[in-house]
Amino acid sequence: MSTAVAGIGATEFSKDSGRSELRLAAEAVLSALTDAGLTPSDVDGLVTFTQDANDEIALARELGIGELTFFSRVPYGGGAACGTVAHAAMAVATGAASVVVCYRAFNERSGRRFGQPNPHLGGDPSSLGLEMSWHVPYGLMTPASWVAMFARRYMHAYGATSEDFGRVAVAMRRHAATNPAAWFYRRPITLADHQSSKWIVEPLHLLDCCQESDGAVALVVTSAERARDLPAPPAVITAAAQGSGPDQMMMTSYYRDDMTGLPEMNTVGRRLWEISGLRPSDIQAAILYDHFTPFVLTQLEELGFCAPGEAKDFIADGGIELDGHLPVNPHGGQLGEAYIHGMNGITEAVRQLRGTAANQLPGPANILVTAGTGVPTSGLILSRA
Amino acid sequence: MTTLHELAERLIAKGEGPREPTREPVNTTMIRHWTQAMGDRNPRYQGLDAVAPPAMLQVWTMDRESPSRGPLDDMLDALTAAGYTGVVATNCEHTYARYLTPGEELTYATRMTELTGPKRTALGEGYFLTWLTTWYAKDEPVGEMTFRLLKFRPREESSPTGKRKPYPLKPAVNRDTAFFWEGASSGELRIQTCGDCGELRHPPGPICPSCRSTERSYVRAAGVGEIYSYVVHHNPPVPGHDTPFVVAVVEIPEGVRIVGNVVDCEPSQVGIGMRVKVTYRRMDDELILPMWAPLES
Repeated sequence: MSTAVAGIGATEFSKDSGRSELRLAAEAVLSALTDAGLTPSDVDGLVTFTQDANDEIALARELGIGELTFFSRVPYGGGAACGTVAHAAMAVATGAASVVVCYRAFNERSGRRFGQPNPHLGGDPSSLGLEMSWHVPYGLMTPASWVAMFARRYMHAYGATSEDFGRVAVAMRRHAATNPAAWFYRRPITLADHQSSKWIVEPLHLLDCCQESDGAVALVVTSAERARDLPAPPAVITAAAQGSGPDQMMMTSYYRDDMTGLPEMNTVGRRLWEISGLRPSDIQAAILYDHFTPFVLTQLEELGFCAPGEAKDFIADGGIELDGHLPVNPHGGQLGEAYIHGMNGITEAVRQLRGTAANQLPGPANILVTAGTGVPTSGLILSRA
Repeated sequence: MTTLHELAERLIAKGEGPREPTREPVNTTMIRHWTQAMGDRNPRYQGLDAVAPPAMLQVWTMDRESPSRGPLDDMLDALTAAGYTGVVATNCEHTYARYLTPGEELTYATRMTELTGPKRTALGEGYFLTWLTTWYAKDEPVGEMTFRLLKFRPREESSPTGKRKPYPLKPAVNRDTAFFWEGASSGELRIQTCGDCGELRHPPGPICPSCRSTERSYVRAAGVGEIYSYVVHHNPPVPGHDTPFVVAVVEIPEGVRIVGNVVDCEPSQVGIGMRVKVTYRRMDDELILPMWAPLES
């Protein structure tokens, strides 16, 4: 059975929402249901991230959803984003539920900030705690530092520079500058700004790191057939996949033969191409997870948009700009719009396919979306109906 | 037993020590190197009638092979012996009498002027030691420097119970990983091997991924390696670490990689391919972490 995203919703993106995370979740879900022309009583499934603090039943209570016949959680931080849609689509396709809402809500800036060191990361003898224990005692305990370790090796292997990473940040901020929903609306940066921003973890500058945000996003998934009868133009889920690679760890897969790639994203990409029958040249835009700039380069390579080591040239030639070979994150991504753990990127893909985006591209037919990098991850290809 | 203050009084009473000679006269080559390094383009320091920048005062007498032991050495040794092992410079003031010109031969002499303490400081309890160095051209004083440093007792060693402050970033340890941490405590870098197929593995785990054996053993690594990748952490602050600090992925010849801090060198000296050797650091009463230091040091 073919499935589709029939509605999207979000709160404003801010640094201090002033309300509880559950309220943010409820607002985003209501907004997505309104967009889809549905009501809470139509919902029978909910999916979110394992990291989300709002239980499905709590949300169902707030919205008066009533019965649920399907609920699931997707693990591994931001790697869950597209996975929520994959789970929802599977539930709809198998008949486990008919209308599934995917959501993510947090006060990530005014509440618990992921970029701050958490001394307890390595303290628990779970498999994750033991994994972290090879790194946290040495102070290697922030997402920026985990990514920086890969970035340094990538620079060494391919001759990429900090400026090559900076060009990603500049492009994202340029896109955000003309997106009124973006936190950095009307605030573009230059490459010189990037280069002079303070070190976070060498080789990453402050402007290589995405912002921190408060906010929530929700998406309504149902059958493509039902979506066609609803008011919003459907975004067909052409392919959805999750992936983890050999010797996979959470952000610290340093023990594999090679440290210059993202094998888990390669797995996701191969599945997306197999399921959809499409090739990179069939994709008109990509929403690439951009919590840190270096992995945008790696993703372009792993997904087959350019060869390994060539992403820096692809980007320097303007390849990811709005008028480039492959416009990337027309909304400004997480570097420019907001950090909602990748979920705001999925809504941008839907808007682009509907023709309602702030920086609307000329009639894209297929858009590829990715989720968190450096972790087990997921991806989507969404298409115009 | 002589107290620190009694020793100080005696050394201060000695007054100025012997005049030490310098190896080279004030010269245009050093002036040119210094002004270029500092980016100082003052025309007064260039050309045939150049004078030396006054701030170069110490340059003319700096010598790694210190000529003789002075009163300061006795004071510093006594403070170290009393447990004030830490040292940090706190003040340095220059006074210049006149410009120096190339060709002038200088001498210099030092006198201890003050010892204050014990004082409580953010670094720990310590003494402030002050001295005065005077530079002479023949018998004419041409410049002076007042220098002050703090000799302190590092915090961990001064807790009332005699115990170190617990290190905030403890690893989780279970029966699959305990051998590694026990090894670190006894100065061994232990790498897991499969008891059946012999494959090496780090980080370790309960089952051999190659042959699925649960028989496990370990080898003692030679303790050398090469930096495969590294980061320099600046922000945000991390508990238990002063920034900037270096963390590296080290590839060891036994065939596995391991993560650890790189210590005993400046972050700017670290690079991919750098050869390192293991060094063990006590973090608190329970934990010793294997870290890495440059092999050529």
